[in-house]
This record gives sequence, structure tokens and C-alpha cells, in this order.
Amino acid sequence: MKEEYIFLSGNEACAEAAIKANLGFFAGYPITPSTEIAEILAERLPSQNKIFIQMEDEIASLAAVIGASIGGLKAMTATSGPGFSLMQEHIGFAVMAEISCVIVNVQRLGPSTGQPTSPSQGDVMQARWGTHGDHPIIALSPSSVKEVFDLTIQAFNLSEKYRIPVILLMDEVVAHMREKLKISTHDIRIYERKKVKLTQNEEYYPYKNEVSKVPALALFGEGYRFHITGLIHDQAGFPTLRIDEINDWQDRIFGKIENNLDEIIQYEEEDLEDAETVIISYGISVRSAQAAKNIARENGKKVGLIKLLTIWPFAEELIKKVSKKVKKIIMPELNRGQLVLEVERNACFGGAQVIRINRLDGKLISPKAILDKI
Amino acid sequence: MSKIEIRLAGVGGQGLILAGLILAEASAIFDNKFVSQTQSYAPLARGAPSKSELIISDREIDYPEVEKADLFLALSQDAYDKYINDLKENGIVIIDKDLLASKHFSSLIALPLTEIAMKSTGKSFSVSMAALGVIAALGKFSSYESLIKSIKKNAPKGTEELNLKAFEAGFSAFGKH
Repeated sequence: MKEEYIFLSGNEACAEAAIKANLGFFAGYPITPSTEIAEILAERLPSQNKIFIQMEDEIASLAAVIGASIGGLKAMTATSGPGFSLMQEHIGFAVMAEISCVIVNVQRLGPSTGQPTSPSQGDVMQARWGTHGDHPIIALSPSSVKEVFDLTIQAFNLSEKYRIPVILLMDEVVAHMREKLKISTHDIRIYERKKVKLTQNEEYYPYKNEVSKVPALALFGEGYRFHITGLIHDQAGFPTLRIDEINDWQDRIFGKIENNLDEIIQYEEEDLEDAETVIISYGISVRSAQAAKNIARENGKKVGLIKLLTIWPFAEELIKKVSKKVKKIIMPELNRGQLVLEVERNACFGGAQVIRINRLDGKLISPKAILDKI
Repeated sequence: MSKIEIRLAGVGGQGLILAGLILAEASAIFDNKFVSQTQSYAPLARGAPSKSELIISDREIDYPEVEKADLFLALSQDAYDKYINDLKENGIVIIDKDLLASKHFSSLIALPLTEIAMKSTGKSFSVSMAALGVIAALGKFSSYESLIKSIKKNAPKGTEELNLKAFEAGFSAFGKH
């Protein structure tokens, strides 16, 4: 297999990966710092007989994406904070109706219009709880151009496999930073959607209570009659008030994620074996953490690093385990302290001290700011 | 070479983001180094502060932004004043001496970069290409050949010749410096 290096930005890597993952449909409303994703796909998709639509706003964008997905195409949109806020209602619909789609949010400083060209990690809790009601969600967070590429593909794979919207939480620096990427196609695994297979005389149920908890979704126009709604529904998709059916629905919609945490939750450990202090980080703050850890190690300090690639669902068991091993956990984030709440909630099992480092003036956390806390 | 940090700073419209990309790709692809290139700019087309930063290394790069520069190109007084103290010892500073004032020191290279660009291309926005010519002439950051290849690859279609002219003008201006 031929391997070659290319030099590209995070946004470019996201668009390239989406194409590799067989993206068939993009609808969006361009917004800084995500604009390049739409620009590239506007140029590339039509020439491959795939669809790009610039919509009137972000509400319509995600609606179109959901429709395209029901029609059988892998579908995505890309936005930033202000657009992500507008998408919340439809994220809930996609969770409820179990429609695969990928939503890229390149975070910028907020709230409101905020600072369009500055990085932030301020939408972490919005990604988890932005839409109303108890619900499962998957969110991934890359820290380099290579990870943008890998996690974009993973976002499509998880979304198609578990019939759930997957949020790729990037930030302005990861999106605009350029780095070298080796594209080696042989180790890219692309998951294609399950097809409906029925035995003779079997009825089709798009929300069937089957063992996998993820029944295949028939495509609109494929010939099956079923119903899709945002209301709590029975196996056929029709609204229900029956307690047993509501319980079955709940068991399946949460169970499909909770029973597969080992596959969904991705993280990497560095220098953890003898670590007394561990820096836990995600997204662009990982880069500050890595630099601090490397300098600390050069000075003989026992410091390790955990890089969270999946932030939702949260790696609870990992943090519980680590908090029993180390004395100190340091958590740098470009917000007022969001994912650290999960770390603190789980670290109390082991008793490690949790130190927050937060910044939200549009600049990255310097390695020195972390070193000072080690 | 362990790790080289380069900061290019001025105002929007001087072509600094493109110059950063050209220098970065020259190092990453044509010189086969690890490179992280970041940029900061404002939501305005011209006149607001603009900055492009590169880390070039033989090893994988952790923190991607410049802390202490080995090379600092300043194309505005504001940029100069803001970053002149964030230099490594003997860090090289290149300035457009018609755009800003600086006291003299041994690693300062003061040239009329905008004038050089204007004379060679008639366009002031090719000033960053002239600066890249100076950087090529320094020899230690990226090679002349790699930069030429990267300009040809990254300059907007139809402007390759113009950008190369400004680059060559900067390259030879350094020899006379």
C-alpha cells in the first residue's frame, strides 16, 4: 500500500476523513472556525455525485442531515458554538429516533458570538446535556491533526453502528493548526450500516427489542412501512404510554451505549507506570499537558498523562482506578472547569487530590502553568 | 536541530498566514521535519493583528505554539513591541525598517521589505514573500529549494510568478545587507 505524507489543517483532515468514511451528504451553515470543512466538501462532494447543501441556518442543517441519513446516506454537519446551540433540539430528535449522524462542533470562545477566532473547550457540557431529557450521547475530542482524521472516521463508525448522533468536539487551534499526516489506507476500518434482513412473514420493526439493542433501520423508500417520531415509541415507532414499552425503550436506548463502553471509550496513557502525579486532558489542552509531562520527566519527576479521546460517555472506571494509584491529578481545560467535574466525582473513590487549571481568554494553557502545579 | 520556534507577526493583509503555510510545508514535506503551524487572526480582512507560528523539530511536537522564538519576523510596530522580549538568546529578528523602529542589536536584520516587494512586484502584499527570501538566505531554517517548491505549491493560482519574484528579491537583498 502506498503511503504518503500530506501537510494539512485539522479542518482539512476532518473533511478528508469524512470523504474516506463514505460521507454521502453534508448540510450546513458556514461559521468560523469550522468554515473550511464546508468549503472543502462543497467542492469535493458534488464531483463524486454526493450532496452538499448550504442551508438557511443550523436548525435546518441538522434537519436535512437527519433526513438524508434516514434515506440511507452517511450524513454530517459542521458548526461552532452559536450554531451548535441552534442544533440542540434536533440532536435530541436524532437520539430519540435513533438516526445516525455526525455533528462537528469547532469550539470557539463563547457564550453568544463570543470570539470567533479564539479556541475554547466551553461546549463540553453542552455536548452532553444541551438537548433536554435524559439521553445517551457520544462525543469525541481530538488533540492533533492526525487525531482529527482518525476520530472523524471513528465518529461515523460509532454513529452508524449504534444509531446515535456522534459529536466531534474540536477547537479553533486543532481546526486551524497544520501538521503532517501519513495517509495509509490499509488500516482504516469503515463501518457500513446494517441492512434489514427478515425471514418470511416476519414483520419489520425499526425499534425492535433485539439482543444487540441496535436493530437495522430500513431506508425510506425501501418498501417497509414504519413510523419515526420524537415521542417515546413502541417497537414499530408509534407513540406509546404503556409502562412496559417505555421500560423496554429505555433499557435499549441507554443499554446500547452502556453495554459497549469498552468499545466506545477510547483513551491513551503515557508514562503512567510509576506516576505519582497524572495530568488528565483532552482536545488541544493535551498538547500543553504533554509538554509539561515531558519537561517534568526530564527533571526526574514521576508524572504521567491520560489523554481522553472519548469524553462522552465519560471514562468513569478509568478515573476511579487511577485515583487509587496516584496522589495528584491535574486537569487543564479551556473553560471554567467542565469535564473536571466528572474527574472529581470519580477521583473521590481513590482520594487523589484534583487540581484544576482553567483558562478562557482565548489563549492556550502554557506548559509552565501546568508545571507550576506539579 | 532539536526544536526551532518561528514567529511571523504583523497585520492582516501582509500575507503572513500564507507565508507561514509556505515555510511550514517547505519544512514538513520538502525538508521532512515534524512541523506544527498555528495562526491567530481577527475576524477582519485587513489591518488587525495577524500572526503565524511554527515549531520545526526532528521529533514529534507537543506544545504547538511559540514560547521563545529562534526567529521573529516583525512587520508592524505593535507586533514588534509585543513579542520582542520572547526571544531565545541570539534569536534572529527580521524587521521592515520602514514600518517600525528598533534599537540596533547584533542579531537584527533591518531591511526595507515592503519597498523591496513593491519594486519587484508592484504589490505591497508580497512583503511576506520578500521576508521568506531573507529567511531562505539565512540558510538555517529551510532551504532555498524547498521554499521555491512550497511557494509553487501554495501560492494562489496565477500568482506563483509574482510571489517568486518577491521571494527572489528578498533573497538577494539579504546578500547586500
